[in-house]
Amino acid sequence: MSNNPPVSPTAPNGRPLRGLKLVPRSDTAYKMKDFKSDQEVRWCPGCGDYAILAAFQGFLPELGVPRENIVIVSGIGCSSRFPYYLSTYGMHSIHGRAPAIATGLAASRPDLSVWVITGDGDGLSIGGNHLIHALRRNVNINVLLFNNRIYGLTKGQYSPTSETGKITKSSPMGSPDSPFNPLSLALGAEAGFVARTIDSDRKHLTGVLRAAADHEGASFVEIYQNCPIFNDDAFEPLKDPAERDNRLLRLEHGEPLRIGPDRGVVLGDYGELVVADIAEVGEERLVRHDAHRADPGYAFALSRLDQPAFAHVPIGVFRDVERPSYDRLMADQISEAQTTQGRGDLASLLAGGDTWTVG
Amino acid sequence: MTKQVRQIDRVIIRFAGDSGDGMQLTGDRFTQETASFGNDLSTLPNFPAEIRAPAGTLPGVSSFQLHFADHDIMTPGDAPDVLVAMNPAALKANVEDLPRGALVIVNTDEFTKRNLAKVGYASNPLEDGSLAGHKVSAIPLTSMTVKALEDFAVSKKDAERAKNMFALGLLSWMYNRPTEGTLGFLKTKFAHRPEIMAANLAAFQAGWNFGETTEDFAVSYEVKPAALPPGTYRNITGNLAIAYGLIAGSELSGLPLFLGSYPITPASDILHELSKHKRFGVRTFQAEDEISGVGAALGAAFGGALGVTTTSGPGMVLKAETIGLAVMTELPLVVIDVQRGGPSTGLPTKTEQADLLMALYGRNGESPVPVLAPRSPGDCFDIAIEAVRIATTYRTPVIVLSDGYLANGSEPWRIPEVDSLPEIRVDFASGPNSEDGTFQPYLRDPETLARPWAVPGTPGLEHRVGGIEKSDRTGDISYAPANHDLMVRTRQAKIDGIARDIAPLEVDDPDGDADVLVLGWGGTYGSIGAAVRRVRRAGGRVAQAHLRHLNPFPANLGEVLRGYDRVLVPEINLGQLALLLRGRFLVDVIGYTKVRGLPFKAEELAGVIQEVIDRVE
Repeated sequence: MSNNPPVSPTAPNGRPLRGLKLVPRSDTAYKMKDFKSDQEVRWCPGCGDYAILAAFQGFLPELGVPRENIVIVSGIGCSSRFPYYLSTYGMHSIHGRAPAIATGLAASRPDLSVWVITGDGDGLSIGGNHLIHALRRNVNINVLLFNNRIYGLTKGQYSPTSETGKITKSSPMGSPDSPFNPLSLALGAEAGFVARTIDSDRKHLTGVLRAAADHEGASFVEIYQNCPIFNDDAFEPLKDPAERDNRLLRLEHGEPLRIGPDRGVVLGDYGELVVADIAEVGEERLVRHDAHRADPGYAFALSRLDQPAFAHVPIGVFRDVERPSYDRLMADQISEAQTTQGRGDLASLLAGGDTWTVG
Repeated sequence: MTKQVRQIDRVIIRFAGDSGDGMQLTGDRFTQETASFGNDLSTLPNFPAEIRAPAGTLPGVSSFQLHFADHDIMTPGDAPDVLVAMNPAALKANVEDLPRGALVIVNTDEFTKRNLAKVGYASNPLEDGSLAGHKVSAIPLTSMTVKALEDFAVSKKDAERAKNMFALGLLSWMYNRPTEGTLGFLKTKFAHRPEIMAANLAAFQAGWNFGETTEDFAVSYEVKPAALPPGTYRNITGNLAIAYGLIAGSELSGLPLFLGSYPITPASDILHELSKHKRFGVRTFQAEDEISGVGAALGAAFGGALGVTTTSGPGMVLKAETIGLAVMTELPLVVIDVQRGGPSTGLPTKTEQADLLMALYGRNGESPVPVLAPRSPGDCFDIAIEAVRIATTYRTPVIVLSDGYLANGSEPWRIPEVDSLPEIRVDFASGPNSEDGTFQPYLRDPETLARPWAVPGTPGLEHRVGGIEKSDRTGDISYAPANHDLMVRTRQAKIDGIARDIAPLEVDDPDGDADVLVLGWGGTYGSIGAAVRRVRRAGGRVAQAHLRHLNPFPANLGEVLRGYDRVLVPEINLGQLALLLRGRFLVDVIGYTKVRGLPFKAEELAGVIQEVIDRVE
């Protein structure tokens, strides 16, 4: 740790980050190295997880939260080794259950900044139930779902985000499963904050992390992550400098939806979003991105825009709406009970109800 | 007309009717009246899993048995002296349990041809002489209730529904029960529906008046208050006592209580109860499933809360993996299993004690967990506190095996003084603990072998825990063979060592000359105790001991077992404790098992004990 002047957990305009209202501020100016643990990082060479870890470690000082008030909770899978490599508190739990464990932690400790690290298998397959319920409850946690569209740690079976027909060790004739769209799922689960980013774009990734921390309640971030061993180059079309600008739709609140210089997004006849040539439809018909719409229909339509896969992929914050977090509602009920009835007294509790005395 | 009042020392009453007839409420009210009068009592609610099974059928019968006395009693009783049967199904389902000469009060309005046929009565038992061995009081309860409520602004249906209050009024008269409690209860319950309140109060009064005036009942009875040890008492069910014990454990340890739970019969009442006590800072989280319930509790424990989860057998199966994680991360966690009949969905509303081996061994790997079992509804309070003490002292999950009988059954409970409750001292780690000035999350207390509990928010103690094997002291990931061997043995030694910190097993052997020991665990304590008393009254010599700690066992258990010629182990499973005792102590115990979803009958157990005694002598 260095002795630089303190930073505060603030958004660019200087106000406190919404997700950290109850978390103490640090007067220590952390550096990235302050968040590196003494453990050797053991992912495969070239794994996208390295880039995400570096971006995350680089971002944490910006939170301005004491290191001891940050907790990383993960499940099982390659991505779930994350906590070991961070010098914060952490729990590497069991398969799929991180959102449940984090719910108990966040609901009872509003002074913590809690991050859930999960993957497409951990979060959407075995742990799908916990994920959707944590999102609908709006527990004050940040869920980072590393989507590599494959099972890595078990050595290459198809995952719930693998494309239909994918040939893997457990699907030699092609997977018959239809994949989840993680963002559609999160939106269907009433998530208040939904975003997507890419492992290799550190600047964008950091911006999305910042926005996630700036949301009170559950934030869901899908991170496209490359698995060089079992599903290499799965996201290559979105990374190739020659192609990516014609495929990526960078979401900016209040700005028109544009894909490259020539194309944009307009409203279709049935409320869906449609990609069109700007020259044909005219600039003024382009939909302006509004992440704060109460109705999730627009964000859902955005999440369906990528058909066929990777032709036009929105990245950034799809939805960011305010509603009270579960932790806050739970704490409010307790303080209301204690304000109106007074703090509980054990002796009176035990002696309540119909009693009688002997002797 | 002044009627005769006869003194009796005890009575067993069973209220039986359709699941929609309000028998549980009726029984519960009669119990509260009896408790406030000062009798000793024990209750046995027995109801179907279906919320409203088809009306008038045998599967739909719900009953509530109450045993009360002027002396100390231990069970809800084997056979009812009085049966209140609200319809033919209730009669048919219960009549075989009646001893000769029992009083049967039947609601004749329901004895129609159709209702009789529904349960397979070819002729009306009220007329065909089949009840000749009993005293039958045939009363048109429904029509009398409706008539009594003629002038009230309620529908005929609502008037009919009040017939349980008429029956309660009648029985309350018959046994000279105080009525203020019930009247007050009805006023509160129906405060928002004044016309229903008035109708129920009137139905209750009409039942009482009927008893007083009718020629049918020449006498009423009085059961004097019991001479229980001095103190202030209340009636308590096992589930309520667990909830209070957990709140007490939270207050005594200074740890905020966090309950993660998913509704399941017969454990849900603990969730309901704890959700009312936010004044104590209690957080209740109704999870999306059993796994999330225990997961959230463990997450809260990581954060320094008293993490608790409550469930029954099917939920225990789902929680197993997380309990294993709690074993590995060595965090405190209290797991309450209110056992019910199994396997699978089994008998949701009936009792059983067949989860013992699952509690001990139902996880992957060597995964030792302390296991406790309360022996009576009131003991659930003390066991919950003991579970909190062990979990927080040893940084381990603790499983409590209650059961459906304890959970819903009730007994008078002497309210403890808060000052008399055990101290639970919890120290969170606050700084480095090793010689080299670092914090080592798996460096143990030499006495308890517990690891430090360092909660997030504590500067300098940042560390990572998880399900992968930990390196001794540092807690880093380790796959080293010698380390795994050491850690497996250390975790086991930690749990085994708790035996030094629990009370030795007490044996009740009044003259010290018994050859036969009856050893039980959990909810069978009352039945075994009542059976032992019978045997002793008949001149038999028998010792009784009852285990509240199932893992580890009390340190003197082996010695106790070897002190008797024969050891009889009655269990409501197929011999799970017997298997453990044989394996651990090489003692050839005699098992006696029944799995009928009901507690043992004292008479039956007394016979079994006597047989064992006869064989030895």
